[in-house]
Amino acid sequence: MVLKYLKRSTGSILLVVILLVVKVVADLTLPLFTSNIVDVGIQQGGIVSTVPTVMSTQLMDKILSRLDGDDAPVVTGSYGTEGNSYFLQIEDDRLEDILTVPLATIGMGVPAESLPDDIVRQAAIATIRADHELLGMDIGKIQNRYIMRTGLMMIGISFMGVLSSILVAFFASRVAALLGKRLRSDLFHTVVSFSQDEMDSFSTASLVTRSTNDIQQIQQSFVMILRVVVFAPLMALGGLFRVLRTNGSMAWTIALAVLAIFTVVITMFALAMPKFKRLQVLVDTVNRVVRETLIGIQVIRAFNTQGHEKKRFGKANDELTATTLFVNRAMSAMMPIMMLIMNLTAVLIVWQGAQHIQTGSMQVGDMMAFIQYAMLIIMSFIMITMLTIMLPRASVSAGRIREVLETPLSIVDPENPVRFSAPIRGKVVFRDVGFTYRGATEEAVSGISFTAEAGATTAIIGSTGSGKSTILNLIPRFHDVTTGSIEIDGIDIRKLALDELRRIIGLVPQQGRLFSGTVASNIAFSDETLAEEKMVDVATIAQAHRFIMDKTDGYQSQVSQGGQNVSGGQRQRIAIARALASKPKILLFDDSFSALDYRTEHLVRNKLKQHLTATTVIIVAQRISSILQADKILVVDEGRLVGQGTHASLMETCEVYRQIARSQLSQEEMDHYGG
Amino acid sequence: MADERNRPMRGPGRGHGLGMPAEKPKNFSRAAKRLGKRLAPYRFSIIAVILFALGGTVFSILGPKILGNATTTIFEGITGRLRGGSGIDFTRVASILLTLLVLYLTSSLLMFSQGYIMSTITQRIAKNLRKEIADKIHRMPMTSFDNTSHGEILSRVTNDIDTLGQNLNQGLIQILTAFATMVGVLVMMLSISWLMTVVTLVILPLSMLFISRVVKASQKHFIAQQRSLGEINGQVEEVFGGHVVVKAFCAEQKMTETFDSTNEKLYESAWKSQFLSGLMMPVMHGLGDLGYVAIALLGGALAIRNTISVGDIQAFIQYIRNFTQPIAQVAQVTNMLQSTAAAAERVFEFLDGTEELEESVSCTLGRMKGEVSFSHVHFGYDKEHPVIKDFTAKVEPGMKVAIVGPTGAGKTTMVKLLMRFYEIDEGSIFIDGLDIGTLSRTDLRSHFAMVLQDAWLFNGTIRDNIRYGRLDATDEEVEEAAKAAHIDHFIHTLPDGYDMVVNEESSNISQGQRQLVTIARAILANPSLLILDEATSSVDTRTEVLIQEAMDRLMVGRTSFIIAHRLSTIRNADLILVMDNGDIVEQGTHKSLLEKGGFYADLHMAQFERFDVMPV
Repeated sequence: MVLKYLKRSTGSILLVVILLVVKVVADLTLPLFTSNIVDVGIQQGGIVSTVPTVMSTQLMDKILSRLDGDDAPVVTGSYGTEGNSYFLQIEDDRLEDILTVPLATIGMGVPAESLPDDIVRQAAIATIRADHELLGMDIGKIQNRYIMRTGLMMIGISFMGVLSSILVAFFASRVAALLGKRLRSDLFHTVVSFSQDEMDSFSTASLVTRSTNDIQQIQQSFVMILRVVVFAPLMALGGLFRVLRTNGSMAWTIALAVLAIFTVVITMFALAMPKFKRLQVLVDTVNRVVRETLIGIQVIRAFNTQGHEKKRFGKANDELTATTLFVNRAMSAMMPIMMLIMNLTAVLIVWQGAQHIQTGSMQVGDMMAFIQYAMLIIMSFIMITMLTIMLPRASVSAGRIREVLETPLSIVDPENPVRFSAPIRGKVVFRDVGFTYRGATEEAVSGISFTAEAGATTAIIGSTGSGKSTILNLIPRFHDVTTGSIEIDGIDIRKLALDELRRIIGLVPQQGRLFSGTVASNIAFSDETLAEEKMVDVATIAQAHRFIMDKTDGYQSQVSQGGQNVSGGQRQRIAIARALASKPKILLFDDSFSALDYRTEHLVRNKLKQHLTATTVIIVAQRISSILQADKILVVDEGRLVGQGTHASLMETCEVYRQIARSQLSQEEMDHYGG
Repeated sequence: MADERNRPMRGPGRGHGLGMPAEKPKNFSRAAKRLGKRLAPYRFSIIAVILFALGGTVFSILGPKILGNATTTIFEGITGRLRGGSGIDFTRVASILLTLLVLYLTSSLLMFSQGYIMSTITQRIAKNLRKEIADKIHRMPMTSFDNTSHGEILSRVTNDIDTLGQNLNQGLIQILTAFATMVGVLVMMLSISWLMTVVTLVILPLSMLFISRVVKASQKHFIAQQRSLGEINGQVEEVFGGHVVVKAFCAEQKMTETFDSTNEKLYESAWKSQFLSGLMMPVMHGLGDLGYVAIALLGGALAIRNTISVGDIQAFIQYIRNFTQPIAQVAQVTNMLQSTAAAAERVFEFLDGTEELEESVSCTLGRMKGEVSFSHVHFGYDKEHPVIKDFTAKVEPGMKVAIVGPTGAGKTTMVKLLMRFYEIDEGSIFIDGLDIGTLSRTDLRSHFAMVLQDAWLFNGTIRDNIRYGRLDATDEEVEEAAKAAHIDHFIHTLPDGYDMVVNEESSNISQGQRQLVTIARAILANPSLLILDEATSSVDTRTEVLIQEAMDRLMVGRTSFIIAHRLSTIRNADLILVMDNGDIVEQGTHKSLLEKGGFYADLHMAQFERFDVMPV
């Protein structure tokens, strides 16, 4: 899934890989140069080749005397004479093979054919050096020049390495941040286009975590992936390649070290991983016990059970400590063991190297380079094993995000939407409506048929879980009906564009949710151009004008995130004003009055009645007192409509309604309203 | 809904990024001192840890030098051979390598022991701190809970102590080994060649300068990133939480635009901070390389003059690598120390918080009649705003007292004073003629039982939840109480009956049933005094009837205080306390209060909409 998002960054990612290759090459070349400084610069006195650029006539004669008929002309043909010296004029590939053995034999005084190649080379170089001195050349100068040149190249290469890592850091952080940005944006857009069904299948908290923590997790892991996952294997491979070229017969030491590291890491994981997982559970347990204590503090004090709580916490605390201790101790063994493996590898290489050097199949500088390659390779493997801890977490996060992005939308606009014909009246008709929540086996509501007349007030009452709010939520298509249909002014609402439908509906939800901004921006939520007098009008109807004016900044008072700085009752009244401000044809109240005290509720309802003569009002209520005077009351019980009519008629015909009334009203009141 | 977010993250991937601004403590030295006190009991272990760490460091520093000797021996052997020598002295090489073997083994062993002991110490400290915080909760006055959010306390128990533990564990040793390494490496380098060392040291101020620059630059972006992240979290929470509203008012477009602009800001600061902090490693590495080249050059030149051996160059190169590493570590250490001190400060601050008043117990309640009287009680949550002014009332044993008033009027305040959750400012409350101030809280509360509206159950079996009313009750007694609360039948319909585990959110049993369980709990406690909070709305009609019956049964023969919502309860009450804005504005019986025609009469009428018909 992430791959899809990375397509757009392919260029940058390729660049990162290329830069990393440059970096690997640079890192791996440096030890080669140190090796050269030791072997060529110091040991060979700066003389690179066994083919001397210049030699004395005496040496030339000695060489020629040891060559047979075929080789001699090659040598004489390549060198030109000037004074008492010969100078190399034509470079011939055969020269090295021809000259090395004679030069070595001259230097050592014994035939060199049977000796190891490396010794022969060294001896040949020593001969050349001695000859140079004979010619009065400054050996020190040659040596210094060689070392300086190598040094400059090293600086150049290390500069390249640094530059490429800086560029890698630059591109990697941009690519990762871009990935985060795109995922975040797509996730947000997806969730905003969700309907209630999809919202219900995730919890809000989990959606928030997914779009914040999970994306952050992916973003951070991705930088690591770019910089380490690509780098470490490249480094390991490159290092291995170099090692094999330096001296393949010692590669087994590195293989042994890598094997040891894997063994240690796997053992550690097998031991610590189950405990690691358990750790999160135990942290949650400690958290839960404290949370429970805090929430139940009154009950705990009332029942004097502090001792019991302390014991409960003590148990959770002990378990957490024991497990953390185990994990930490195991982890504290990790680094020393890794260090030990690396150090022992170095010791092993030196021991083996000594043997090879003795037999002449290796030079000291090569061995030093070998140690450094070995360290680079082992470090890469350590990095790779560390990543195996990190990647599973990122992949879990990626899975959680994908789950959201791939959720199909259940409610979308129709292809050829119908439009309302003016004037819109707002008559709502339910025709045998049934609705089943996604994944549920039983219908939440079924067989609901009623008409909410235009301009009239229809109330829905019933106990919790009876399906009142579900019925209401079907009208703005937060859910779609499973069977039957809902019509507004004779048009099936599924044929309307969602915007068209929702613009004529005003909703006051159960919880007065506000958004950060000002009181004014909240009231003018659906219409930013709302005139000021209109705003005051709706606020007055909602009984909000007075308390808004009491605030220091009036309508411009700040509302914090979610409206936390406004009390519940005030939030609800602002929410009512917000619904009114959208000039709805149909106004829906989803149990919106419970946050208001009786007196305020009464005033709001009276005002609404006066001002909303042309608006269809549908109220869901728990308190029977809120709906006594509705034009029509629908009684819902266990998802079915068990009665509809006025209060008086229902008191006679509907048993469920009578039960509700009896539990909430006194005899006098029932007498007064009939029943 | 904040639950999932507050959950502390554990495990790898937590630490601070380079350059990430650490939270600053208010008073660093004070926090450090107090933390030091915590460490004091472990001083011998800590001395051992320090010795081990230093020993481990010294040994690992000696390593390269000795390995260099081996190389030199080989080099001399082989060059000597060219001049007719006998070749490499393998006995010498072997003895050097054996020494190294022992050295490395000892070093690793010391490092491991140090880590082992240190993690033991820090976990003990962390455990004790957690325990102290949990115990502290039980000694705090109720007022403290009004000012501190649960999330805040929870984050101290988990996040802060976790930070403390981790940082103490790694941080202390890291500082120590970093310094020891720097000093040790310096000594070793000097012993090899002072000239090469001087060249290396040029890198030091260069890296310091660079690090401080980068830290400064990245900090700005880290802060910006933190801010944008906060902003985006807020927006996401707001929009997802208010999803219905956004949909209903067709505000998708508007919300998306706001989100996109914040997201863009976040992107900018995110890559910049990431880039700058990511710069640190390669550049430090590059500086290391520079030193490496300088040494290779210089070493080469010196070796020609035979003032330095080849093995020493090899050793020196390894030392340079070891030298730049602790520099970067030390840069991190200040951050780490600060966040440790800040975490410690928060924990200690909590532990220092005020506690409930000392008790001056002079009386004990015996068998109790249940007579309660309030005499000129004054109380305010803070001293400037008294909410109860001069309240006096007498409640005879077995009386039913209803407390009524609009939402937020402070109905629960009276109850809390009675149970001494809060201390009254003036006046006294007497139970059976004894001032409750002279009783121990435990004694006083053991005579009360409480049923609250948001029924509190913990994550445990139903049986244990009921037993909470009296911890030594037998299974039979628990079931008796459940029967009396009309919940026995329901419990038997549950999957595991009495042994069903109530989940963390108590969401696997309904609100009404939760309430019945708490009633059973109160019945089991068998108190003389009862405090009831009637359910308002969220219970279905049938369960409501059950709850009503159970409560009525519970009240028989006990002095009861009821935060009342139902008219039937109010009408049958022997005394009604009418509250408004935290003050008791009227008291009397239903009848007398209606006749009075005051606040209660208004309230009563408003509730049932009879402005027109109610006779005054």
